[in-house]
This record gives sequence, C-alpha cells and structure tokens, in this order.
Amino acid sequence: MLYRAGLVKGQEPLRAYLRRSWPLYAMILPGLLFILLFRYLPMYGVVIAFQDFSPARGFAASRWVGLDNFDFLFSLPEFNRILGNTLIIAVLKLALDQLGAIALALLINEARNLVFRRSIQTLIYLPHFLSWIVLGGILLDILSPFGIVNNLVRALGHEPQLFLGSNDWFRITVIGSSLWKGVGFSTIVYLAALTAISPTLQEAAAIDGAGRFRRIWHITLPGIRPTVVLLAALSLGDVLQAGFEQILTLYSPAVYRTGDIIDTYVYRVGLVSAQYSLAGAVGLFKSVIGFFLIVASYWLADRYAGYRIL
Amino acid sequence: MIRENSLSSRLFDVSNHLFLAGFALLCLLPLIHIFAVSLSGRGPANGGFVSFWPLDFTLENYDQVIGSSVFLRSLFISFQRVVLGVSLNMTLIVLCAYPLSKSPLVFRGRSVLIWVFVFAMLFDGGLIPTFLVVRSLGLLNKLGALILPGAVPIFSVILMMNFFREIPRELEESALIDGASHWKVLWHIYLPLSLPAIATLTLFAAVGHWNNWFDGLIYMTDSNNYPMQTYLRTVVVELDLTRVGVTPQELLRLSDRAIRGAQIIVATVPILVVYPFLQRYFISGIRLGAVKE
Repeated sequence: MLYRAGLVKGQEPLRAYLRRSWPLYAMILPGLLFILLFRYLPMYGVVIAFQDFSPARGFAASRWVGLDNFDFLFSLPEFNRILGNTLIIAVLKLALDQLGAIALALLINEARNLVFRRSIQTLIYLPHFLSWIVLGGILLDILSPFGIVNNLVRALGHEPQLFLGSNDWFRITVIGSSLWKGVGFSTIVYLAALTAISPTLQEAAAIDGAGRFRRIWHITLPGIRPTVVLLAALSLGDVLQAGFEQILTLYSPAVYRTGDIIDTYVYRVGLVSAQYSLAGAVGLFKSVIGFFLIVASYWLADRYAGYRIL
Repeated sequence: MIRENSLSSRLFDVSNHLFLAGFALLCLLPLIHIFAVSLSGRGPANGGFVSFWPLDFTLENYDQVIGSSVFLRSLFISFQRVVLGVSLNMTLIVLCAYPLSKSPLVFRGRSVLIWVFVFAMLFDGGLIPTFLVVRSLGLLNKLGALILPGAVPIFSVILMMNFFREIPRELEESALIDGASHWKVLWHIYLPLSLPAIATLTLFAAVGHWNNWFDGLIYMTDSNNYPMQTYLRTVVVELDLTRVGVTPQELLRLSDRAIRGAQIIVATVPILVVYPFLQRYFISGIRLGAVKE
C-alpha cells in the first residue's frame, strides 16, 4: 500500500507483490489462453500462404514455396475483380450509410414530439438486429420475379427485373439493402451528439433572427462536426469490409462479375474447393492491408477527433 | 422553447413527419408482408397476390415448421449455444477487463498484456487458418466450435475495461487496505456498480450468438448439428424444403413460399421478444464505446 501511495520510493519486492496480486494473473489467464489459441495460433497459421499446404502434414511440415501462391494469385483475372468489387461496394456502403445517418438524425432531431420520435427510433433500429439470413430470406422472396416488389414494378408499367440475378442490379440491391438494414442504427451516435448541443445556442440564434434552416446550418451541423470527423476516420478501417454475410447469402454465380468480393472468394476457394494455400494467400493479403487500415483509422481518429480506444 | 410559425417552417414540419413515418414504415413493411404470406393459403401465396394481409388464412404453415424435428433440434442447439456461449463470454470479459483496468503499478505486465489483446483484435489470422486450427483441435461438429473460438470478444473487454476505470479508486483502495482480496473487490464492488454495462454486453453477446450462422455452416459438416440460423439458411436461401420434412403431397395443399415465410417469422420472434430490452440498453452500450469523451 505504501508503495502505491507513493510514500516509499521504488518497487515493492516481488514476493510481497505477488502475495497480494496473484489473483489478477489468475483472472486474466483463461481469457489469455483462449486468445493465444484462437487468435494467435491462426496468425501463425498464415504460413500456409507461403506453403503448398497439406492438412495431413500440418503447418510445420508442409512444403515451402515462397511467394509462388502470391505470384499465382496476382496473375489471376479474378483478383482484380474481387478487389475492385470489394472496394466499390464497401466504399459506397460506408459513404451512403454515414450521409444517410446524418440526414436522418437531423430530421429526427427536428421532430419535436417525443412520442413520435421514440416510435420512429424503435422502428428504424429494428432491422439492425435481424441476421442476414432472415433478411436474405425476406429479400429473396420480395425481389423474386413474382415477389411483391416486381408486382409493384409491373403495376407501374415496367418490365420486372432480376434484382439479385443481374449484374446491372446486384450492387445496387446489395448497397440499398445494407443501407436499409443499418442506417437507422447508425443514427444513434449522431442523435447522441445532437442532444449534447446546448439549447441556449439555438435560442440565442433565434432571438437574433436566424430562421430554422440557418440554425441547422450554423449551429446544429457544426455541433456534430467532431462526431462526423470521428466516424469518417473510423470508417477507413472498414474499406475492405464489403459485407461478407450479406453477399454470401444473396449472390449467385450469375453475379460473380459484379458481386464477388475477397471474403466470398476466400470462402469458395478455401472451404468449398479446399485450395487452402491459395485462399490463405488471399486472406493474408486482406488481413495485412486491413491491419494497416485500422491502425491508420485509429491514428486519424486520435489525431483529428481525440478518440482513443484505450 | 423556440416556436416557429412561418409557412415554410410548418410545411417543413409536415413533410418531415410524413417522411420519417414513411421511412419507419419501410423498415417494418417487409416483415409484415412475409408475416401475411406465412398465414396465407397455397393459391394466393404462390401466385404473389398477398400484400400486407393474409389471404385464405391458415395456420398450417406454422404447424409444418414447428412440427419438424430438424427444426426443433436446431432450435435446441441454438438455445444451448446462447446460454453457454453468453455465460462464457461474460465471465471472460469481466475476468479480463478487471486486471487490465488497473495501472501498471498495480498490475505489473499490464502494458504488455493490453497490447497482446489489442493486437489480437486488429490483426485477423483469417478464415482459413482459423478453420484449420478449429479442425485440428477436433472441434468440428461439436458445440464447442460455435462457442470457444469467439469466447473472448476483445472489443467488449475493452469497453468493460473503460467502464471499470470510471469506478472511483477510493472504493477499492479502502477495501484492499481492510484486507479484501481482488476477488472480493471484483465481486462486491465492481460487479454491482457495472450492472448496466454488463446487461448491455450480455444482450449484444446473446444477439450475436443467436444470429450467427456462418460458423455453423463451416464447422458443422453434418447438417444435423446446424444451429437455428444455419438451418434457416438451408430452407430460405438454398430453398431445400425437404429439410423441413415437407412431403410433395403437402405441397399440393400448402405454399412453399408461405412455409419459408413461417420459418423466417419463427426465427425472428426471439429477437422481437428481447427487442424492448435491447432498445433500452443498446444506446448506453453505444455510448460506452463510440462517444466516450
């Protein structure tokens, strides 16, 4: 105690320290073991990307092939396709989700009736909590040729469309349905920031003759700017996350050209065709770039928004 | 309170309310439509005549779904998974967050250990190596494959750790001076003060376990071991109705579309049941993480 209170200089002797503090190590040990086993051992497992991996031989005894898997990977025509699809879908999703959430939060903030606001929030958060299997099942039904959406399209005098089966529509459907699922939930952070803006600022501006739209422009928007900057910075970490579970649920070979992403490719090549080394190489490529993107996003968030996770 | 009476402002209010109500309805309509289809008879459901109200009302589609033994087994697996998985998650989250919330003076080695945790969160070994590890541990087709690999949700550990750090240090110091062990401090001081955070993280973990279908797909090579959502995938995405135990004779009477709809609704009900609690806690949960000042 005296050491901790700073009354005695230097460190407490190890024996006395451990007598009191061993429980801290006992507490963290089980979690640490799980992390070593299921997070760090797979990191060691990325060596398969540099091997001709065979499950019978294992990580240690498989033949090393250097960068052959990567040479092969970068020569595949699919590689540019999956990288391009991943970036296009992920970036559009991130941008639209953030812009949509800001707009939606501003509109909700302008609605004064509390019961109305609560009900709106309750309804728009709901899709976030449903799995992509549930939503995928719903989408497959309502977007089918005789689903309710195409019935509406026909009623309006247009040709029915294969929303999930045509390369013209697949990305739009994926981005749109992802927006539909997530944009309501994304408003939460902005709504929290909006409630923190002092009402006295608004009142002062109103007294000075600022109308409603000028107040939104000059007070509300600057008030949430730090939150906007923070989320923009953090979203950099997600530009390779195009929505694996969603696309795996919704896509089909007909739309590989516009809808196949890195994750679905890794899944097909690795787990369906058991080409472990090639899939491992693609996965490692994504992990390494993803790691630097996340580190950069946290750095930006700290630098420009004062946000630290630790 | 500012009062706005100008015409443009009132017009804005009206259209804003209409827009928001419309958008909120848009979030709900697909579910209502599927619900209506699931209660409809063969003709209207297959022909696409059902919009938001059931036609040829029948409950037989639900009889089919709930009477299927494969469905009941997958439901039981999911139930086990949620109970065991969430208990393990929460135990490990609390046990890891407590030491990590101490300063390196109190918990020597903290500075290294926190980076062991954070690096494990930032760098992903990837799908294939993780799969190979789980398989070499002999976990395929075992409940453990669904629970153990994600046993420590690191981001939740960090949220919990940040929450623990807000607890005034004087409380624990006086307890430690009085001779209490760290176990007692955690149990009698930290846990009672952290119930809102624990409730939030518990709900998140439960929804995550309930909704997860991908690990069931890759780790269960025998489809009899599928949890609920993975089983749902075979029915509503792969469109394999034989899995529900529907015979061709029954399809002369019932609509496959309506049966799939019933299946979707049944899988959604548990989420709808806990949704009021979710709503109450998740805003505080988001604040826990995202807008920490």
